[in-house]
Amino acid sequence: MIEESQPGPGETPPALAVSGLAKRFDDVQAVDGADFIVRPGEVFGFLGPNGAGKTTTIKLLTGLARPDAGSIAYFGADFTRRLKAAQHLFGVVADGNNLYPELTGRENLEFCAALYGIGRAEARNRVEELLERFGLDYAAGRRFGGYSRGMGRRLCIAAALVHRPRLLFLDEPTTGIDVPNAREIRRMLAGLAADGTTIFLTTHYIEEAERLCDRVAFIVAGRIVRQAAVEKLLDGARDRRIIELQLDTAPEPLLSALSEHFPTNRWEPRAGKRLRLISTAEIELAPPVAFLAERGAAVLEARRLRPSLEEVFVEVTGLAAERLSAEKGGRRG
Amino acid sequence: MARSAAFWAIVRKDLRTYYFKPPNISWGLVFPLAWTLMFFLRSGGGLDIARLLPGVTAMSILFGTTSMLAVTITFERRVAAFDRLLLAPLSLEALMLAKLGGAVLFGVLNSAVPLILGFILTDLAAVQWLVVVPAILLTSFSAALVGLFVAVSVSEVFEAQTFSNFLRFPMVFLCGLFLPLTELPGWLRPLSYALPLTYGVDALRGGLGGGLHLPLWLDFTALAAFCLALFLLSLRNIRRHWIA
Ligand SMILES: Nc1ncnc2c1ncn2[C@@H]1O[C@H](COP(=O)(O)OP(=O)(O)O)[C@@H](O)[C@H]1O
Ligand SMILES: [Mg+2]
Repeated sequence: MIEESQPGPGETPPALAVSGLAKRFDDVQAVDGADFIVRPGEVFGFLGPNGAGKTTTIKLLTGLARPDAGSIAYFGADFTRRLKAAQHLFGVVADGNNLYPELTGRENLEFCAALYGIGRAEARNRVEELLERFGLDYAAGRRFGGYSRGMGRRLCIAAALVHRPRLLFLDEPTTGIDVPNAREIRRMLAGLAADGTTIFLTTHYIEEAERLCDRVAFIVAGRIVRQAAVEKLLDGARDRRIIELQLDTAPEPLLSALSEHFPTNRWEPRAGKRLRLISTAEIELAPPVAFLAERGAAVLEARRLRPSLEEVFVEVTGLAAERLSAEKGGRRG
Repeated sequence: MARSAAFWAIVRKDLRTYYFKPPNISWGLVFPLAWTLMFFLRSGGGLDIARLLPGVTAMSILFGTTSMLAVTITFERRVAAFDRLLLAPLSLEALMLAKLGGAVLFGVLNSAVPLILGFILTDLAAVQWLVVVPAILLTSFSAALVGLFVAVSVSEVFEAQTFSNFLRFPMVFLCGLFLPLTELPGWLRPLSYALPLTYGVDALRGGLGGGLHLPLWLDFTALAAFCLALFLLSLRNIRRHWIA
């Protein structure tokens, strides 16, 4: 589902235009005919559960894997069969911290600069600038092997930026990173985007996509099931009213009875004995609370939630939101 | 310009972080010394160093290159740092030559240890450097390529180690390092001729003043052919398996 076609005269071409991208591994169709466009300067998010094909997509786009089909264009030029020639245009942050454990932080960045043919003097300035920008100057002389995961991820992002790419790929940049570091990384990415770097990131955190991305594509089992501006997707969910109930028992056995009795509400069970009711009309809480109590499920707490990308994701993909991980802390109503 | 900077950055980094590490340096020093000593003791004191030198030199090269390269590449692939190299704007040929370059340089440096010892212990006036130097280079290159071949065939570091040992220990005996090929059982000899090190040792023997078994041109042609074939084969396998 592409919202726009080729740029007209005078328009800037997309930073990345992909069509019909496909990749099969033995018995898995990892990427299944993906079409999407990343516009210059935007933050584009690939949102999907584990195994959806996010990493494979990045590998196909960056030349680390060979597509079975499809075309890939960067900044208006086709690179499908010569991705090597496009590699100086983008930086890649892989899903693991893949710098050299034996080298110090600074040496790692200097090595990456040399890989991109940056001269010594220029590299030195660039490296110091990045170390400072990513808050790592204090650890620059330490071996990368001794970095914490969050520090390591920050250094990996710095390394991907060493040659000043116009487009940055990030594969789940905050997965496995502690909350303060993740927040810091998101802040840095927002800063990069503000400075004009185009960002393509994959994530399985709905909130991250909502907070950071201008546009998102939902990817499930290798297929893009929806892509649109985050604002537009949220607009479509504005009229939802959502209340989350904390029960003293698991809600699953009561679901069908609830749906039967209150057909205008949607009922979604959540981990931790929680239950959500979602409706486009104003929700009256007393009847369902009484209904639940009659069946031995006490409501300990109820809170109103703001509609978010999560509702859209669940509605569009038909997947339980738990297929994507929620971040610690959750959101406030 | 940019490309050669990337090339040398890779070579420098590999030498620093992998090769020039105390355990590896001591391999290059201790191993040839130990072997020389062993032969010295066995011969009861009267030692023909000129006869021993080609084999010891070849062994130094072999122990400085094959498994080192196989292990370092496999390690970098395990921690995905190798992807960085594949993502750099550097052709796969140049990248693999850079990875080989570190091993070749280390092999050449290792070979200097027995050669310097040889100089100290005996008169090497008859040495033909125009034969010895290319023989060392090509032997190092072919031994490094065997390491690359191992790296493409395995996925775990311990497999790289085991597979290289599996290849290099028999080579010590099959390639005429210490035991002349003529003393090998006839049925083993075809195997000897299928190994590049055989030609490297023979060329070294020629250059260091020992008797040649094969004509020199054949040694060099065979070495060059092995290098080219192994390089192309490894590149093809890398394209097929690592950028699948
Ligand atoms: N090299 C591979 N060989 C076989 N299957 C693979 C390979 N890489 C990925 N897959 C499969 O492709 C699917 C998509 O994987 P991946 O792109 O890693 O998903 P994600 O990054 O969204 O979690 C998964 O089913 C995965 O098991
Ligand atoms: Mg992934």
